[in-house]
Amino acid sequence: MPAEDNGFQPEITAFTCFYCAYMAGDTAGLLRVPYPPTVKIIKFPCTGKVDVEYILKAFEQGADGVLVVACPIGNCHHGSGNLRATKRLEYARKLLEAVGLEKERVAIAYMSGSQAHAFAQAVQEITDKVRQLGPSPLKKSC
Amino acid sequence: MESQVLPDQPATGQKAPVGAALVVGGGIAGIQAALDLAESGIRVYLVERGATLGGKMAQLDKTFPTNDCAICILSPKLVEAARHPNIEVLTKTELLAVEGQAGDFTVRVRQHPRYVSTELCTACDDCTKVCPIEVPNEFDEGLSKRKAIYRPYAQAIPSTFLVSKRGTSPCKEACPADTSAQGYIALIRERRYEEALEVIRQYNPFPATVGRVCNHPCESQCTRGRVDEPVSICALKRFVADTVYARWDREGRPEAKVPGELSPFPLAPQDLPPPERRRVAVVGAGPAGLSAAYFLARMGYEVTVFEALPVPGGMMRVGIPPYRLPREVLDREIAEILRAGVRLECNHPVRNINALFAQGFAAIFLAIGAHQPQRLGIPGEDVEGVFHGVPFLRAVNLGEQVHLGRRVLVVGGGNTAIDTARTARRLGSEEVTILYRRSRAEMPANPWEVQQALDEGIRLEILTQPIEVLSQGGRITAVRCIRMELGEPDASGRRRPIPIAGSEFEIPCDAMVAAVAQAPEIRILDPDHGLEVTPWGTFRVDPQTLATNRPGVFAGGDAAAGPGALIEAIAAGRRGALSIDRYLRGQPLLTPRELTPLPVAQLSEEEIQEKLHRGEAARHGRVQMPVLPPQERVGDFREVELGLTEEQALAEAERCLRCGLCSECYMCVLACKAHAIDHQQAPVERELRVGAVLLAPGYAPYDPKRAPELGWGRYANVLTSLQFERMLSASGPTRGHLARPSDGREPRRIAFIQCVGSRDQEHDYCSSVCCMYATKEAMLALEHAPGVECTIFQMDMRAFSKGFDAYYQRARAQGVRYVRNRVSALKEDPRTKDLILQHTDGDGTVHEEAFDLVVLSVGMEPPADAAALAAQMGIRLDEAGFCQKDPALPVATSRPGIFACGTFAGPKDIPETVVEAGGAAGAALAEIGPARGTLVEPRTYPPEREVAPADEPRIGVFVCSCGNNIAGVVDVAQVVAYAQTLPGVVHAENTTYTCSPDSLLKIQEAIREKRLNRLVVASCTPRTHEPLFRDTARQAGLNPFLFEMANIRDQDSWVHPHDPERATEKAKDLVRAAVARSRLLKPLHTRPQSLYHSALVVGGGVAGMTAALNLARQGFGVYLVERERELGGYARRLGRLVQGGDPRDLVRALEGAIRSEPRVEVLLGHEPVKFEGFVGNFRTWVQERGTSRQRLLEHGVAVIATGAREYRGPAYGLGQHPRVLTQADLDALLVGRSPEVPPEGLPAPAQWRSVAMLLCVGPWDEPEASEGFYCSRICCATAVKNAIALKEANPEAQVAILYNRDIRTYGRLEALYTRARRMGVAFIRYPEGERPRIALEGEKPRIQVTDTVLNLDLALEPDVLVLSEALLPAEGHRDLAELFKFSCTLEGFFLEAHVKLQPVDFPSEGLYLAGTCHYPKLVEEAQTQALAAAARAARILSKDHLEVGGAVAVVEQARCTGCLTCVRVCPFGAIRIHREAVGAGGILGAAEVQAAACRGCGICAGECPAKAIQLEHFRDEQIWAKIDALLSAPV
Repeated sequence: MPAEDNGFQPEITAFTCFYCAYMAGDTAGLLRVPYPPTVKIIKFPCTGKVDVEYILKAFEQGADGVLVVACPIGNCHHGSGNLRATKRLEYARKLLEAVGLEKERVAIAYMSGSQAHAFAQAVQEITDKVRQLGPSPLKKSC
Repeated sequence: MESQVLPDQPATGQKAPVGAALVVGGGIAGIQAALDLAESGIRVYLVERGATLGGKMAQLDKTFPTNDCAICILSPKLVEAARHPNIEVLTKTELLAVEGQAGDFTVRVRQHPRYVSTELCTACDDCTKVCPIEVPNEFDEGLSKRKAIYRPYAQAIPSTFLVSKRGTSPCKEACPADTSAQGYIALIRERRYEEALEVIRQYNPFPATVGRVCNHPCESQCTRGRVDEPVSICALKRFVADTVYARWDREGRPEAKVPGELSPFPLAPQDLPPPERRRVAVVGAGPAGLSAAYFLARMGYEVTVFEALPVPGGMMRVGIPPYRLPREVLDREIAEILRAGVRLECNHPVRNINALFAQGFAAIFLAIGAHQPQRLGIPGEDVEGVFHGVPFLRAVNLGEQVHLGRRVLVVGGGNTAIDTARTARRLGSEEVTILYRRSRAEMPANPWEVQQALDEGIRLEILTQPIEVLSQGGRITAVRCIRMELGEPDASGRRRPIPIAGSEFEIPCDAMVAAVAQAPEIRILDPDHGLEVTPWGTFRVDPQTLATNRPGVFAGGDAAAGPGALIEAIAAGRRGALSIDRYLRGQPLLTPRELTPLPVAQLSEEEIQEKLHRGEAARHGRVQMPVLPPQERVGDFREVELGLTEEQALAEAERCLRCGLCSECYMCVLACKAHAIDHQQAPVERELRVGAVLLAPGYAPYDPKRAPELGWGRYANVLTSLQFERMLSASGPTRGHLARPSDGREPRRIAFIQCVGSRDQEHDYCSSVCCMYATKEAMLALEHAPGVECTIFQMDMRAFSKGFDAYYQRARAQGVRYVRNRVSALKEDPRTKDLILQHTDGDGTVHEEAFDLVVLSVGMEPPADAAALAAQMGIRLDEAGFCQKDPALPVATSRPGIFACGTFAGPKDIPETVVEAGGAAGAALAEIGPARGTLVEPRTYPPEREVAPADEPRIGVFVCSCGNNIAGVVDVAQVVAYAQTLPGVVHAENTTYTCSPDSLLKIQEAIREKRLNRLVVASCTPRTHEPLFRDTARQAGLNPFLFEMANIRDQDSWVHPHDPERATEKAKDLVRAAVARSRLLKPLHTRPQSLYHSALVVGGGVAGMTAALNLARQGFGVYLVERERELGGYARRLGRLVQGGDPRDLVRALEGAIRSEPRVEVLLGHEPVKFEGFVGNFRTWVQERGTSRQRLLEHGVAVIATGAREYRGPAYGLGQHPRVLTQADLDALLVGRSPEVPPEGLPAPAQWRSVAMLLCVGPWDEPEASEGFYCSRICCATAVKNAIALKEANPEAQVAILYNRDIRTYGRLEALYTRARRMGVAFIRYPEGERPRIALEGEKPRIQVTDTVLNLDLALEPDVLVLSEALLPAEGHRDLAELFKFSCTLEGFFLEAHVKLQPVDFPSEGLYLAGTCHYPKLVEEAQTQALAAAARAARILSKDHLEVGGAVAVVEQARCTGCLTCVRVCPFGAIRIHREAVGAGGILGAAEVQAAACRGCGICAGECPAKAIQLEHFRDEQIWAKIDALLSAPV
């Protein structure tokens, strides 16, 4: 359900592992499945490497939302890095709430490399959600 | 024993083996085998028949039982195989012959062309956009379309494109000029008229002319003629030329409307620089001469055409009358030729060709035509009123007044005669008669021309020969003729005319025109031309190249071939141009393809019908060409044929059957900016020398057309499982949406029909995978379309392997319905297209049920060419046509040195295929392993330039256009300009294709010349291209880790095509972030680490012994540790192997070989008690059981093969009654041995009159059992095998097998089940949850059980009850797991690193598992797994040293609190606490990463609460810099 277009283009930073998730992003390209251009990916060897600090840093630098994309649960190429990312994400959400930021600005999605549409959908969902929430109050003023 | 690699000691008298291997088949089996061999230092030729690696696995959506994505698992292996320096991938390659013997084979292969250079193709995809040919997409199992130029699937390796050709289309083959008629027709169909015209102009600069007057031999060969009538190819040519010319007249001639139009035409693969000597003379401005001039001009030559007449055009102008070819049409085409840069000198006859060379022409093309008429040679031929055809037409066409009179006779049967007659008619002659000496059928003139002449009132006198011209006063009055009859055929194949004596007669006339033949006027040349002339008065030339006997002089057209059709002259002109170009460049005059032409594409009747059925061609007859009515046309020279309308042309184009697949329109060649496409490629044969051959050609899915009762191919909504798999795939034809082919509606009820092509009269085997894949597909269907009802119709559920039964139970819990029934037929409701299935209940009631979609679970058959392959290889196949295995070595074939793996050796799933591939590699290594390293060369790099942290970054940024893929959306110039402004960037440039060889050289130059110390490439995805660019950096002396990539294609231009502005902004953001991170990148180095070149094998059963022996034969030292006092393990207890043979023979053979193998040290009665270290450097202490004596073993790798044991618990009275036995006990009794617990007073099995067997007995049968069921895989087969043995010993004995699940005789074991049923073994299935009640009070056990099939309660009192006991992990496995830090399944079996990727690896590198400690399996399967484990282990042991470090985690020990978090979270056991290291606060004990074991996932760094761990290359500051830069868009 797309949010009403209020003219706000949320800046989304995506943290992905280099396996399933990054590949899903590439597959979206191969299949030309469009999604908002305001999403930019930073890749990691595993989402288990995504530190809470990175998520906070993204908001500090002006991101309106953060999306972590991981391998499907049970299919992590390093055992359970995606589960660790999930736990850390929960923690990051609590920290964000503590400083008055909506926890919905952070999301996690799990997908395999061929799921181009799942990738685009995850991106679209967080974009729509954050668009409703409006710009991040932490955004540095120009 | 020393822990070192022992010197190679080839047995005396034997030659050293060749250190190379041939792997046949590029599916997962072949890839895995190739990688295992290559990693061990063997050179590998990986030969695949198809266009790409990946096999069937690439088509799958997800894989059971883990549901992970098939392509995610496969893709990294594909990339690894493609980039491996020791692997040469040969696609589209067939085997021709294998000679030699084990250790030294010579293999001949033929590599078929891809028509796209794998070196030059950048996989940009620009070619597919312009290709007009669509064909069913095989990868999507026909559910979608692809182009003729294509890449089979997105992740395919090689990633380059290829062209599929069935052959040369008959129309092209028939055309003297090789015109790709199919090509321009395809473009007409798409209304791409200008491109269609360009296709014709690649062969022929006179499309409008030829489109009017051609004799079109193409049409007589057109396949469509076999359906109804040929396609009107010629009329289509005229249509497209007229249409485009008219458009140009209306809108102006575009300068270069078609890309590359004025560049060399696409026969050459790339723009070659023109040669230095480039002036060419053409003699004669007829069709041959002008065509040659046109093509030479397009190729960049300065061409001068010398013409004797005052006007150009030759016979087109002075031979063909304007009512067939209007002069403005010809003029415009000649003007086009001159526009291409041709110089024309009319009234300039050439007499001396030496003079032309003297004037500086480098080559000469002689095309002087044939303008000298042949006389009839009859009396009176010179009187007034006698004319000759060619001069007559020339005179008329040049505007001279010629008066013939009222009655005209024309002599001849060729086109000149017809043209003469019709011209005469138009000049006012009222009675025009053609005299021809043979019959109408023999007339060389085009039949339609003859008909038009007749329509115009011209008479035809056949079988008439003039013999004398009669005259009066020097003027013709009549011609005396004679009648002819036809005799035997002459040299031309036509029947020879013979005069009929006495039949002379006279025809009065006012004029006669003799139009019988013409010849070249070579005599006009000065006699010193030095050219050979034929007896027919033509130049003697090589018919293929048109070269004369003089270098640099070529001749064509009528002057060389004698009078012929216009298109033949044009063809000669083009051929002459090609030959002259190649001559001047010093190249061979013929291309490989010209030397080895493609076969002509002949569609079979079935193919034609299928195409029509699929609607690929419209069904109707050809369009008739509109013409002027005869009465209107004879009055003047107006054009007779009027041309097709657009509507007619489109309808006509639609009729083409596209016989050749690729239409050779060469649009791809024009579109390819990388010049990678070369339609001139031809097959190449090669000879390969190898020491071993591994066969992995895979399987063929059963073709359901052979089971017409199931409706596939007739009913739209019946799919094969592979089709359904594609439908489920997110990247498949429906993007993962379930859609009924008939109406696109999402199905609500899906039926899966099992055993289609398995377990039937034709197939006495089970395909092993269908039960599980159907279960998977049903579960995925539920995910894709929640609420969909899935029903699986099957006979048994064969969930026999690790984790399978749990998967099956999960499917049931999710609502998948399983119905025990063999569906034998179905019908379609013609209205709804639903499918009606009949199935019977247990009680025999017949049900009819409707489904929206039916999926046929098709089984596996041997590949179609299995028999041919076997014959070439000299190996034997089994009865079912799969490869016959050697019982002693399950991966060996019947020919030494040739091994087989994967589904070619019998149906199996992916994990087993991967295991067997490793096993085959291991077996091959035992033979050729000692030659490792002899045929491979390590890549060398220049010394690395030092880059210190203090050095100011000097960053080079390369922004790729990727043809149009990026530049079509992203403003690349803007991105480059922006990159130049970023801090540290000293060089930024745009490259069309950054990955093309010339761009890579450019990058290296820039690194050297601009002293770059960081490299950034903004292009596609690092998943495929990072290794390439890193390698480029290394080749320029830059550390490969000083490289960063920005993905501005896959994750930018491709997904934001409609928002170029924001896509450009995003590209800038990504480049900025990449540049920012690159500033902080550090050079990283691996360092060599020594290793122990020996292995530890734990467990002395068949698996352990096999692994130990194999490693020893590969040349490595082995410690074989067994906790018992003897070798052999569980196999010692077995009586007969399921697959046949005595297990004790096997044990003895292995033991004997090990005892005589000096590299193996056997430690009996020992078990490991302490273990430490990491890959290459393990230390294990083993202790003699019952003593405290320990010994330290140092080893580089370890193989764990600790085996399994029978359950033997209290369930069902085992141990409480002497007549209750286990299958192992029975096994022993059957071979006359005493079982583990010998029963008292039991007669020999041959005496037993009745036996009951109970399957699936395990810990779950105990009262208050806490453990769940799992399938022990082999018990069904063991029970069936023993039942057969009992029946063999006593055919009268009644044997009943009681079960409540299924009979899981998978694969070839199905044959045992069939045999047992035929022998009368009763199989009694009792209801789930209703166990048989067993009473043990009497002498014999009494059993009460319900038979679900007969629906009866049965009471049995067998002589013996045999329990099929579950297999449990061997004793002590928990301790071992703790010692080595292994994970276990719920049942206690060891857990492999990855079910499919690494099925014999433990997660920690250097540790492997094999045999029943992994899961219950047959002895042969255990052996295969042991060989696979040995092959994996050899990857480590074969290295002189290990390269460790690089992008691994490092601990800053001063911050480490020793909290153990990292030790716990590391999935690879790579971190330990070093007791002496000083941690935070100066306290002893800090974490340490063993670089050799670290895989660089960074989980430890993410978890470390003290932030004491950094992952190199992903250091916090590097990531922060990237986040900062990404989000700080400039104001």
